[in-house]
Order: sequence, then structure tokens, then C-alpha cells
Amino acid sequence: MEPSASNPITREYLLNLFQENYKKLIAGDTPVLQARREMAIAAFKKLGFPDKKTEDWRSTDLSGSLGLDYHYPLGPSEEKDLQKVFRCDIPHLDTAVIGQLNGWYVSKDVPLIELGNGIIIGSLAEAIKKYPHLIEPHLGQYTNVESNAFAALNAAFTTDGTFIYIPDGVKSEKAVQLVNVIQHRENIFIQSRNLVVLGKGAKLTVVHCDDSYDYQPSFSNIVTEIVLGEGAFLDHYKLQNLNNTSTLVSSNWFHLEKEAQLKSHYISLNGALLRNNTYVRFDGPFGDATIYGLYLMDRKQHIDNYVAVDHASPDCESKELFKGILDEHATGVFNGHILVERDAQRTNAYQNNRNLLLTDTAKINSKPFLEIYNDDVKCSHGSTTGQLDENAMFYLRQRGIGEDNARMLLMFAFADEVVSRIAIEPLRFRIEDMVKKRLQGELQICEQCVLHCSTPEHPVEFRIDLSKI
Amino acid sequence: MLLKITNLHASIKGKEILKGIDLEVNKGEIHAIMGPNGTGKSTLASVIAGKDEFEVTEGEILYNAKNLMTLSVEERAREGIFLGFQYPVEIPGVSMTNFMRTAVNEIRKYRGLDPLSAGEFLKMMEEKKKLVEITSNLTNRSVNEGFSGGEKKRNEIFQMAMLEPTLAILDETDSGLDIDALRVVANGVNKLRTPENAFVVITHYQRLLEYIIPDFVHVLFEGRIVKSGGKELALELEEKGYDWIKQQH
Ligand SMILES: Nc1ncnc2c1ncn2[C@@H]1O[C@H](COP(=O)(O)OP(=O)(O)O)[C@@H](O)[C@H]1O
Ligand SMILES: [Mg+2]
Repeated sequence: MEPSASNPITREYLLNLFQENYKKLIAGDTPVLQARREMAIAAFKKLGFPDKKTEDWRSTDLSGSLGLDYHYPLGPSEEKDLQKVFRCDIPHLDTAVIGQLNGWYVSKDVPLIELGNGIIIGSLAEAIKKYPHLIEPHLGQYTNVESNAFAALNAAFTTDGTFIYIPDGVKSEKAVQLVNVIQHRENIFIQSRNLVVLGKGAKLTVVHCDDSYDYQPSFSNIVTEIVLGEGAFLDHYKLQNLNNTSTLVSSNWFHLEKEAQLKSHYISLNGALLRNNTYVRFDGPFGDATIYGLYLMDRKQHIDNYVAVDHASPDCESKELFKGILDEHATGVFNGHILVERDAQRTNAYQNNRNLLLTDTAKINSKPFLEIYNDDVKCSHGSTTGQLDENAMFYLRQRGIGEDNARMLLMFAFADEVVSRIAIEPLRFRIEDMVKKRLQGELQICEQCVLHCSTPEHPVEFRIDLSKI
Repeated sequence: MLLKITNLHASIKGKEILKGIDLEVNKGEIHAIMGPNGTGKSTLASVIAGKDEFEVTEGEILYNAKNLMTLSVEERAREGIFLGFQYPVEIPGVSMTNFMRTAVNEIRKYRGLDPLSAGEFLKMMEEKKKLVEITSNLTNRSVNEGFSGGEKKRNEIFQMAMLEPTLAILDETDSGLDIDALRVVANGVNKLRTPENAFVVITHYQRLLEYIIPDFVHVLFEGRIVKSGGKELALELEEKGYDWIKQQH
């Protein structure tokens, strides 16, 4: 199903690709969805890719990544068995694992898992077929394709991805783990689309991993729309461990209704260029969103966290804490936009970005941007950039701890302020382990799933059997 | 001889602080160093411990006949030098347990010993806590974070008990302590004292020396040791004050 052509990512090429594959792309669309697709391609045609003149992209240069030759898979690969692709084994973590291979849902002949309590997890394409009334009100309704080229491009091309639906009042005990695996012998351009819908009072934990399995360059454009109904609670984790030649633009659009609560965590461990777009919109009062980020970059890696919180309703609270350690020639951007709209009285919005630069050549560009149209608000933002505390280093070394270990302890302590917020203990242990390995330069892009690395203190093996979910 | 300092000169940012220190410490001895503020007591302690902000411009420090200048901070520590800090550093996010376990096991490794298991280590923590009369569960807290002044000083003595140094330099461990805490600190030192180790106690007040009886007392003034004597020198200083020293120089 994969076109053999290999091309740089350009507007012209993609517009052509769209025309050539038009019939295939719209085959699964309802009329409503088809109209949205047409709008999206028109918007992309207008926008093209952002360059350094584009607001919000000034400090992140995509030209190198876009300029490579890529293959463009417009259909799933042959592999249907997720377990042949990877095995995930966070000990004690009770998860339902959903796999995507090169952006395509891996079905193993069960495209949709439907539980007795109404939970639906599975292929977005299949869900469109079976439950269009659950999809149409949401898909493409929270992204802004008119101003966001990647959202537009994604909406124009994607025909599948993952759909998670938690009905009103259902609290999912199991976490859902969504794993995007990239495995390809040649350079590949990947787009995938996910939709997560939590009904009123629903509760869910989602662990969303982006991993690459081999060393070929890839470019991923992943868009996830997440709806939190009234009073819903979502604990959300994004883990990124890609190879050193891969680029990822990952956009999460959160839509919070009245009294909804979101806790989101971005743990970025590896990748050539990572851009996380996080959009949070409070669409009803008394919403609460906490967004944590941790990024550990070295070599010539680049990380760009863009966070936009739209306080469109009164009495909501948002908190952001992003912490990063940049080593060698790594560069980073933190772009935090808080918008407090005219009617959003009694808004609390806090933002903090803290960075450790381990070398003179590592750089961070931290840009808070507060846009406030209401007097009755509490807003704060802070940004610090520094080196490891020399007095602490001396103290640790004076107790016999070697310089390398002392640095490690301090870096881990710095990272721990974010890691310690991970509510699920087995997941926290695993991420602690990964962060330690990363700081010691031992974290590999494994042949198997990166989450497979053993944790000696918690050696329980846990295999996920999809047939039993 | 455990420690032999000869004509030690050290400066920071081009400013000379130590201007020719001579000091000899043998195993089994307790030395007290006294002197007014800003005369270089902490600087001397830092230089022995190897803080690289200070530049040694002249003289030498021998420790167990080894030239300390060739050893890194951590190597000096592993060779048995311990510094009780005048201002213990707060390290958020590093737990006391993790900190001490790393320290103990790195020192053991340096000495060719196997690391302690988690069980052995925790047992040792409990024993040493008793020794310095720590009842609170400070072990799972971050290093010195949110500790009161007294807790920080006790924590220094606790760490000393854990690491069992050969040469312990205690820099104003008594400052700001009430009499109970002072007694605990002094008890800790007295219990850890053996014929095989030595203590250099830097203090401002004679008070501590009622609990820790020094073999020698030195007065440090403007970067030099200007007077040395027995424990009675401390009393004389207490009586006459530092002005007495200042007038003589
Ligand atoms: N980090 C530093 N930078 C500049 N001057 C310093 C520094 N540390 C100590 N000094 C100076 O060295 C002198 C001695 O200080 P210190 O050794 O702390 O004295 P003491 O412990 O006897 O009170 C003082 O004049 C102090 O200002
Ligand atoms: Mg001092």
C-alpha cells in the first residue's frame, strides 16, 4: 500500500499526493467528515509549512527535517500482530495497549474493543463506520486548521488512528496505553490522528508513547483531540523516545468542559527535533488543568514546547511546570501563551519554566506570553536558566560521591520535581528508571519497545495479551 | 602524623586569605581553632577539603604523608577527610537515604569493599541515628531541605557518624545551637573518638570546649595562627576577648 516515491516534504508534493489519492482518502468519510477534509486541504494549501518568519516557529527551524526524502504510507503496513512489533512490560501497570505502526492502527483482527460498560477503544476508521454519531461532534472540532498548518495537513490526509471513548459516569480502572511505533527500512513521513472522548464524570488514564525502533529518519505529524466532558478527569502522559534523526510534531488539543480536570505530563527523552503543541481550552467554569513537562536533550537535539491555555470561562485554574536539562549543543524553546478572555473572572494561571544548561553551547529560549483581558485574575510566570549548583556539588563530593554521580544526583533531583508528580506508581518507577538511564547516557532506542528495559527493583514480568483486554 | 600543614597560603579571586598556616595534627588528638569572624577559619577548612574556588599559592598539606593537592575533593573524602559545614547546603530532590547510601558505597568501593545491601544500609542508618539522638524520620527527607538550624547541624554529625572519617573538621557546628543540641553534637564527637582518628573543631566560643575537651587550641587571626596552647588558652580567650589578640598584632 505504500507509494514507492520518495520526496522531500513540500506543499506542492503533498497537494499533488492528495489529488492523486483523493478517492482513497475520502472512502471512509461521512459527508460531514468529507467536508472537513476539503476545508483542511484548502487551509493547508493557503498556509504551507511554517518557516522562521512564522510567529511561534521563530526559534525552531524545520527546513532541515522537511528537506529530507521520505516515503508516504497512505495505508497500513501488512503487520497485523502488535506483539510481533513490540512487547510492553511496565510491571504492575494494568493497561490496555493500543498500537500504531507508522501511524496506522494495528488491529490484529479486532479493530474495535467494546467493553460491557460502554468503553470503546480501537481504530478510528472503524469507529467512523460503526459510530459516526460519536465521532462527528468532535473530530476536527477542536483543532484550528485555519491557522495551524500541521493540524490542517493531518486532517487532510489521515484516515485512521486511535479512538477512545469513555461513556458518561464510567471510570476506567485500566490505563490505556497508546504506542506509536515507527519501524521502517527507509525514511518515512507519518501522520496519525487520535480522538479521545470522556463523557460527563468519566475518568481515564492515557499513556501515549512515541517510539522509534530503528535508526532511519522519520517525520511524524500526530494530532490528538481530547474532550473532557463535564466533571471528567484525565491523567495524561506523553512519552517521547525517538531516534536521533527523527522529527516529531505532536499536537494535543484539550477541550475541557465545566469542572473537568486534566493532568498532563510530557516526558521528552530523545529525538532530533521534538515539537509539542499543547492547547488547552476551558469551555466551562471551574475547570482545572495542570501541565508538566520534562525534557532531557543533548548532542544537537532540539526541543520546542509550545503551550497555549485559553481561559475562555471564569473560575478556572491552569498550572504549568516545564523543566529541562540541555547538554552539549542541544537547544530548546519554551513558548507559553496564557490567554485570559474578557469573561474569565477569577482565573488562576501559573506558569514556570526552569532549565539547566550543562554546557556553554546549550541554549534555551524561554518566552512567556500573557494576554489578559480581565482584571480579576491571578497570573504568574517565571523562568530560570542556570547551571548545577556548585555548593551542592561540593557538598556531595565532600561526602565521597564522585563528580559524575554527584552531577547525576543533582540532575535527577531537578528532574524529579516533575517525575514525582506521576500518580501511577509503576509508571513512575519506570519513568524514573528511564530518566536515570537517559541521564547516564544509557537509554537506548531498543530493538524491542523502549519500555522494555528491566527495572531490577521491580522485576515482575507483565505481558499484555491483546485478546484478553 | 595525620595532617601536616606547612606555610599554607591561599587566596580567592586574587585576595589572599591564608597567609602562612602551620598546623600538625596526630591521630587521637582534638584540636580547636578559634578566632574572630572573617579571619579565614572556614577558608582553611575548605582548602583542606579541596574546594577549588580557593587557590593554594604557596605551601603544602600532607595527609597520611600524601600531598593533598593531587587529590580531588571526593578522593580526599574517601581517604577519610570529613568537613562538617558551617552552612550545610540544602539539596531539594535528593533524599538523605539516597545521598548517604551513595556516599557510603562509593567510599566502600574506593576501599575495595562490597557495597552494603539495602537492609544492611538501613540498619546502619538506624544505629547512627541513635548515636546522634535523631528521633525524627529525617532519612526520607531531602538533604537539609526545610531543616531547622539545629537539625542541620545534627545532620552533619549524623553524616560524620555514617562515614566514620579519620580526620573530621567541624566548622562552627556549635553556632546557633541551644544547650541540648550542643550536648548532642559534643556527645556525637566523644562517642566517635578513637585513638585512630582526629578532630579539628572550629568554634567561636569556649562553650563547646566544655563538652569536647581539646588537646590543643589555636588562635587564627588574619590568615595566620598567632597563638597555640592547651585547653586553658580557650578560657583565657573567653576572658580577655579577641581584642586582646588584635592588640598584640
Ligand atoms: N567565596 C568568597 N569570595 C570572596 N571572599 C571570600 C569568599 N569566602 C571567604 N571570603 C573572604 O575570606 C575571608 C575569610 O573568610 P572565612 O574563611 O569565611 O572566615 P571565618 O570562617 O574565619 O569567619 C573573609 O574576608 C571573607 O570575606
Ligand atoms: Mg567561618
